[in-house]
Amino acid sequence: MHSTFVIFRRELQSYFATPLAYVFIVIFLVTAGALTFFLGNFFERGQADLQPFFSFHPWLYLVLIPALAMRLWAEERKSGTIELFLTLPISMSAAVLGKFLASWAFAGIALLLTFPFWITVNFLGRPDNGVILASYIGSFLMAGAFLAIGAALSALTKNQVIAFVVTAAVCFLFTVSGSPIVLGFLNGWAPEGVLRTIASFSFLTHFNAIVRGVIDLRDGVFFLSVIGIFLFANAILVDLQKAD
Amino acid sequence: MNEMIAVRHLTRRFGPVTAVDDVSFAVSRGEVLGFLGPNGAGKSTTMKMITGFLAPSEGTAVICGADIVDRPIAAKRHIGYLPEGAPAYPDMTPAGFLDFIARIRGFAGAEAARRVALAVERTQLAGVLHQPIETLSKGFKRRVGLAQALLHEPDVLILDEPTDGLDPNQKHEVRRLIATLAAEKAIVISTHLLEEVDAICTRALVIAAGHVLADGTPAALAARSRHHNAVRLALAQDGIDAATALMRLPGVLAVEPVEDVEGAALMIFPRDGRPIIAEVTDLVRTAGWSVTALRVERGRLDEVFRTITLVGRA
Repeated sequence: MHSTFVIFRRELQSYFATPLAYVFIVIFLVTAGALTFFLGNFFERGQADLQPFFSFHPWLYLVLIPALAMRLWAEERKSGTIELFLTLPISMSAAVLGKFLASWAFAGIALLLTFPFWITVNFLGRPDNGVILASYIGSFLMAGAFLAIGAALSALTKNQVIAFVVTAAVCFLFTVSGSPIVLGFLNGWAPEGVLRTIASFSFLTHFNAIVRGVIDLRDGVFFLSVIGIFLFANAILVDLQKAD
Repeated sequence: MNEMIAVRHLTRRFGPVTAVDDVSFAVSRGEVLGFLGPNGAGKSTTMKMITGFLAPSEGTAVICGADIVDRPIAAKRHIGYLPEGAPAYPDMTPAGFLDFIARIRGFAGAEAARRVALAVERTQLAGVLHQPIETLSKGFKRRVGLAQALLHEPDVLILDEPTDGLDPNQKHEVRRLIATLAAEKAIVISTHLLEEVDAICTRALVIAAGHVLADGTPAALAARSRHHNAVRLALAQDGIDAATALMRLPGVLAVEPVEDVEGAALMIFPRDGRPIIAEVTDLVRTAGWSVTALRVERGRLDEVFRTITLVGRA
């Protein structure tokens, strides 16, 4: 527990040691704002809610989250510090968890900094703040799932660009797995059960349910399960790949 | 318990290649073991297995009673490790990096600060504490790596090429540091510098193609050289057939003319490595030669190294 916290702190600080943190936060906020107000027609809709804001999150995360996750293991392998890191008296789970939690906390900080949207909508009308809170939690959980996928894939390579591209591709598949892009490919030859299972992995379906205000614990459990599975895979992949 | 490192039948295969093949040895407190071998001999792979970075295909290493395979965390607590190339987080400062190492090793508050200060003093890092590590010179980076390895006063130090890339002064500093630590710890250093083995190691282990080929003190290794107890003799006069006269001495095996940076001379090799200096000086006196240089050779590690590793490969 203690070593997880020490690793968490070092990793979180390392985001802020380079311009990455500031570039990420600024681009996240500007893009979120532009999408909400221009593409999302925030004002024209005349409704006091943050649906236009949240509905773009999966697409925003698809581009930005792999940039947070790509360095987690690839950088350690590239610079050789992984040999130092993994010969410290820490368990593999502390190493994996500390790194993941740091990147998740960073995503959380970026998400919290979108509070002006919440202030704006409360200034303009009377939104359902319960739904907004649930949407924030849902968005945070989805970011965690993207990050867990990215962390595991970043253990596969020394090259951060490869980690970024592969993570973005895999996250895209997870995001749209309920849509015709994926299902159309399987339709007609895969059994109905497989189709339904794959569709149930869709981040978009689970996230949209939360944002619409349908609070179902199962959507939260879904994202937490994805995080758990990919962190487990992360530990195994680090162990397998570290020596190369 | 005197045996701090016990390496038992360590083997590591990478696919069809066996990088380390059934290596066993033990290191006690007070010993500095020099790990010698050509590049790719398996030195680093062995060190990676002892420190728990790589899982052995077979065998294990026991560090201060803790098995690195079964109880990795307990074993790693006893180890200070400088990996090859002294990696450290490039965007951190030495101060931040050493603080991280202190905390992850379980020190906090004033104790952590005291440990960091001591490690900084020992490795003379005070001047660069607040510069990012990526901006430091190779020598300073190496010292940051050493400071990190020493910080928790480990019983066992594993240093992979600790002086590689350092200038002669820095090499001297690092060797002096290792010498001051030697009494309290079991130290393993890998190197391909034979002078280093002579300078700091109490024992040398020669490894090639994954096998241990020789294990002994540097002096015992040098004694295997054909130059051991050989006499180098330079004469002032020309045109004397000294070689023929020397060959008649019972202890002499061969006489060869040599020509090197020290000038021309005769190298007189003994039979079975026995001392022949007395016989040679007696002959010189009775023959009335005038001598410009006379020296007994100890034996040459590089020659032994070459002989052992090349034979081992054949």
